[in-house]
Amino acid sequence: MLSRESSATLMSAITAFLYREARLQDEHQYEAWEQLWTDDGVYWVPANGADIDPERQMSIIYDNRSRIALRVRQLMTGKHFTQTPQSNLRRLISNIELMDEQPDDGDIAVASNSLIFESSLRDDTLWAARNEYRLRHVDGELRMASKKVILVNNDKAIYTLSFLV
Amino acid sequence: MNMMTGVSPWERLIRPDRVHGSLYTDPEIFEAELKNIWYRTWVYVGHESEVPNANDYVVKSIGPQSVIMTRDEQGKVNLLLNRCSHRGNQVCSFERGNARSFTCPFHSWTFANDGRLVGYAFPDGYEGQDKAQLALGRVTRIESYRGFVFGSFAADGPTLKEHLGGAAETIDRLVRTSPEGEVEITAGFLKHRVKANWKFILENECDGYHPAFVHTSIFGVADSMIGKLYGGASTALTRDYGNGHTEIDLRPEFRKRAAPMSWFGTSEERLPDYTARMKAAYGDTAAREIMIDGTPHVMIFPNLFIAEIQMFVIQPLGVDDSVQHVTALQFKGAPDLNRRLRQQTMGSVGPAGFLLADDSEMYERCHRGVLARNPEWIFLGRGEKRQRQDELGFTVGHVTDEVPSRGIWTHYRKLMEPA
Repeated sequence: MLSRESSATLMSAITAFLYREARLQDEHQYEAWEQLWTDDGVYWVPANGADIDPERQMSIIYDNRSRIALRVRQLMTGKHFTQTPQSNLRRLISNIELMDEQPDDGDIAVASNSLIFESSLRDDTLWAARNEYRLRHVDGELRMASKKVILVNNDKAIYTLSFLV
Repeated sequence: MNMMTGVSPWERLIRPDRVHGSLYTDPEIFEAELKNIWYRTWVYVGHESEVPNANDYVVKSIGPQSVIMTRDEQGKVNLLLNRCSHRGNQVCSFERGNARSFTCPFHSWTFANDGRLVGYAFPDGYEGQDKAQLALGRVTRIESYRGFVFGSFAADGPTLKEHLGGAAETIDRLVRTSPEGEVEITAGFLKHRVKANWKFILENECDGYHPAFVHTSIFGVADSMIGKLYGGASTALTRDYGNGHTEIDLRPEFRKRAAPMSWFGTSEERLPDYTARMKAAYGDTAAREIMIDGTPHVMIFPNLFIAEIQMFVIQPLGVDDSVQHVTALQFKGAPDLNRRLRQQTMGSVGPAGFLLADDSEMYERCHRGVLARNPEWIFLGRGEKRQRQDELGFTVGHVTDEVPSRGIWTHYRKLMEPA
């Protein structure tokens, strides 16, 4: 159990990390965003609910670390037409919480809500999600070991989601 | 028929090498398509493996209509319309489940999962009423082919086998990828919405001209063998099976490689369990042929696209509103292959897929593009001079030629023109 003071320090570091991640995503700073991941990072956007088994059921995104790198490399080509031109994005991150149940391995379980406004060639689209993270200190810096993005409408037909969510 | 000219409007809009842009954007044409195509011809609805047990159900669609596919207590598959026969309320609000009956929440009418009305609340008000007259609506005809369930709202017309015609053989080829000869649809669907007419999707599925350009970003960074299949030097073919069914036949390229499982970018050594089961099931020679040829790339008109490793179901909701339902193909008795199929499918398709995000971008840009009315036409003449008949009499062309689009529009015109 963390003391109140160290908990507040940790929350402040976590909040800064999540805001930074949001800004890098909004501003399409793909490589800087990729550097936020640990070497074993997993980026998961389930479909059809929050609790599906991604090893058995289709997810919108279920990237291991090498597939995260591939996703970034595709975005970097400038010929990923769905992001050429890039979507204009701004997102709000809120309800940041340290989870009551923390993993035994020292990772930090954190959750937040996000509301993302996307303006693309198609139209303006509003996305809303619950984000569940496992953060880890690596060489004194926070990194993402996993990020699970549970879109509120992930059971419905959704438009192309080609920016970093 | 235009009384003044004697020329049907469809003949004016659909020419041998070009079609009119309004076919994709005119709301009246979309309404006519619902009537003449979606609510008449055979439309793929679901797969028997999605309702494996008695009383299983899954909610599907035919165009904008919600259809409940059930397996009743006798084991029979039914296609019921999700509309209470009383006041029209939807009787089923969950995507799947197991239920002997559906009770409408509005006035508590209850229907068995074969569609029969079995009861209503306060029945004394319905004295003398014949319940048999108040069953759930059904898709008029239902037939299945190797587990793929199709429905047609036309009381008469071709059988499913007649409709599939030469394309039935592609489904035969598909199921042979399983050592037990069966496809299973068990991995759940991604639902990818596009603001575009459904025919842009339909025509793109067997368009072998676009991959080198639309997918250049992923071919450039992934170690993908796909790009070469669609190059100028490729020996792969486009094929028109008639009845609107079209194919990209990649077997000539895979046979040149002559390496089993190369079609899926892998090898026998990496799938030892699968390879052993295939050889046990089909014998060494036939198993080797199946594993060299791979699965088909075929668009069954109007809505079932089998894309080697995954299956898409196209659903039109409005003239510029369509949904692609997509899932990994799974083959009975092939768990090691199936795991890879799911992984590859998740990477490549759906709203965030490396391939489909760009395809879908093209659909939406095409739709906005054709709102400009000059030139009026979509030009589909590529390969018209070099197309030929294959040994079975089907028209084939180079993999980058527009044989499939021309085949689709020929059939489309037949369906849309009044008999």
